[in-house]
Order: sequence, then C-alpha cells, then structure tokens
Amino acid sequence: MNEDVWLVVPLYNEATVIADVVRRAREVFPHVVCVDDGSADDSARLAAQAGAVVVRHPVNLGQGAALQTGFEYALSVPDMRWVVTFDADGQHQVEDVVAMLDLARAEGLDVVFGSRFLDDRTDAGLLKRAVLRMAVAYTNLTTRTKLTDAHNGLRLLSRDVVSRLQITQNRMAHASELVSQIGALDVRYAESPVHVLYTDYSRSKGQSLWNAVNILAELILR
Amino acid sequence: MKILLIQIVLIAVVVAVVARLFRSRGARAQAIRRLGLILFAGFAVVSILIPDVWNRIAHLVGVGRGTDMVLYALVVAFLSFTVTTYLRFRDLETRYTKLARRLALDEVRGDRALPDDGDEPPADDPPSPR
Repeated sequence: MNEDVWLVVPLYNEATVIADVVRRAREVFPHVVCVDDGSADDSARLAAQAGAVVVRHPVNLGQGAALQTGFEYALSVPDMRWVVTFDADGQHQVEDVVAMLDLARAEGLDVVFGSRFLDDRTDAGLLKRAVLRMAVAYTNLTTRTKLTDAHNGLRLLSRDVVSRLQITQNRMAHASELVSQIGALDVRYAESPVHVLYTDYSRSKGQSLWNAVNILAELILR
Repeated sequence: MKILLIQIVLIAVVVAVVARLFRSRGARAQAIRRLGLILFAGFAVVSILIPDVWNRIAHLVGVGRGTDMVLYALVVAFLSFTVTTYLRFRDLETRYTKLARRLALDEVRGDRALPDDGDEPPADDPPSPR
C-alpha cells in the first residue's frame, strides 16, 4: 500500500519536530525523502533515524531548491508514481494526503493542490488570510490556473508532472513558479481541502508576512 | 595650465581603479568592455584636466550645468551596474545550485547504492564503507 508514493520534505533546522513528523508519515507512506538544506542542527540525523532517506545540500540553498532536489531524487526511483510535497514542521496532516491520493486516483488527476480555504478547519489570522488571498489573486491573474490557495506546501504530483517541472526560484517564489509551470503544462488538476495546523512552534518559525513583498519582487525580477 | 592637487589625486584614483580591474582574469567577451573602460578612463582624465568639457556636453544635450550632467550620468551608470550585478549574481546562483544538487544526489546514491541511474557508469568501484 502506497509503495509508489514518495513524500518530499524540505528540511531546514527542524530538529525538535522532524523525527515525529517522519515517523507519523511513515505509518502510512513508507517512502519519505528529506532534503536537508544545510541545517545547522541535528535535523538530518534525526530524520534518517526516523527512517527517511536524507539528501543533504552542502550549503543552504532555499526551500525551492530543496524541493527540486527532492523531485530529482524521487525520479531516480523507478516505481515512484506520486510525489507529495510535505512540510517538515508538522503543519500538514497525513490524512489529508490520503484524501488527495484517493481523489487523484478516482478522478484520474495529475495534480492535487492542498487548500486551507476550502473548509474551516484551518485557523489563520485575519492578516495572514488577507495576504494569502491577495497572493492567490496575483497567482491566478498571472498563471493559467484558478486556485483558492496557491502558497500551500501540501501538493500531490504525478510522476509525469514532476519530470516536467524545473523549479529555478530557490527562495520563496517557488510556490508561484510551481503553480505557473503546472498551469502551462495543460494537465488535470484539482484542489482538496487540507487542515494547516498552526502550532506555537510553527508560528514561532513561520514566515513573516513581509515575505509577501519579497515573493512579489522575486517574481517580477525573474 | 595650472594643475590642482585634486586633479592629481583624482587621476591617481582613476588609474588605480583601471589597473585593478585589468588584473582580473577574463575571456574574450571582456575585451570590448575593457576598451570601453579605457575610453571612459581617458575621458575621466580629460574631464579632470578640462572640467569645462562637461559644461559643453551638458549644453549640447540641453542640461544647464556640467555638474548636473555628471550626476545624471552617474545615476544611469549606477542603475545599469545594479542590474548587471543582480543578473550576474542570479546566474551564478543557478550554477551553484546545480553543483550543490549534483553533490547532494551523488552522495546519497553512493551511500545507498540505488539500483537505477541511467547516467552513471556500472558499479565497478568498491562498495562504499557503510
């Protein structure tokens, strides 16, 4: 069961939670590859102990670069059919991935995007909600997609799609880049409701909303 | 013509900057940039010795004073420098990312002796110590 699914987890300084995240994910999805993006802490060792394959960037390159590395690793596994991008900080729920896979398998989809705005499980602050909405509006405007949540780290991608993606935005703008590349591919995609769990831990590490400005600049100057 | 101290200092600085630039190694594409630089440096020396040349250029293009002209030229030059530098850095980052990714993937393949890899030679080297 789920032998053909690989979870790609960009990993950067998450030593306090990564072992739990990997262990819980592996109860359902045995194959997890963590791309350690030059963590200064023990993250890589803990992830490997918890049973993940760990690919280590020699230096910090950014989350987008880590995703692309994870994609290339997953593509080197011959019987991989699905890649799931999954955050290392415990925000994402394994049950949501199961639901996304069921949806993709049942409807013959190539891509399922997680969206935290399709139901009311996710408790995002008002400002965060507003910024994410604006980001989505911008993404829908500039790409050939119609989504409700473009900056969600939880996505399901078929092998075919993964092999045709090439993320070049190393830092934060990779989420928009990914959406726009998928939009240009002309493949079947859908959204699935996911619960993004904002814990005190994830909030303390969470991206500041200033990042919205940086993302916009990176997209314009690409 | 009376030479002022500031003129000597400025000429020395220009010459030093040019010399420093020329010591950096580069390819054929740099030749044009270097010729341009020589012209630029030559003009810099001329404009130090004959500051009025800026006034004449300014009047030619409809700017009031030579000092304004220098400022405008500087703004344009600085902007183009910023953009070229940004592009060059991004280029560099792309290459550096590919290099780091290659290293990371090769390392994990060596460790785990993954069965596939079409682009690698057959495993005739000794197994990795693990």
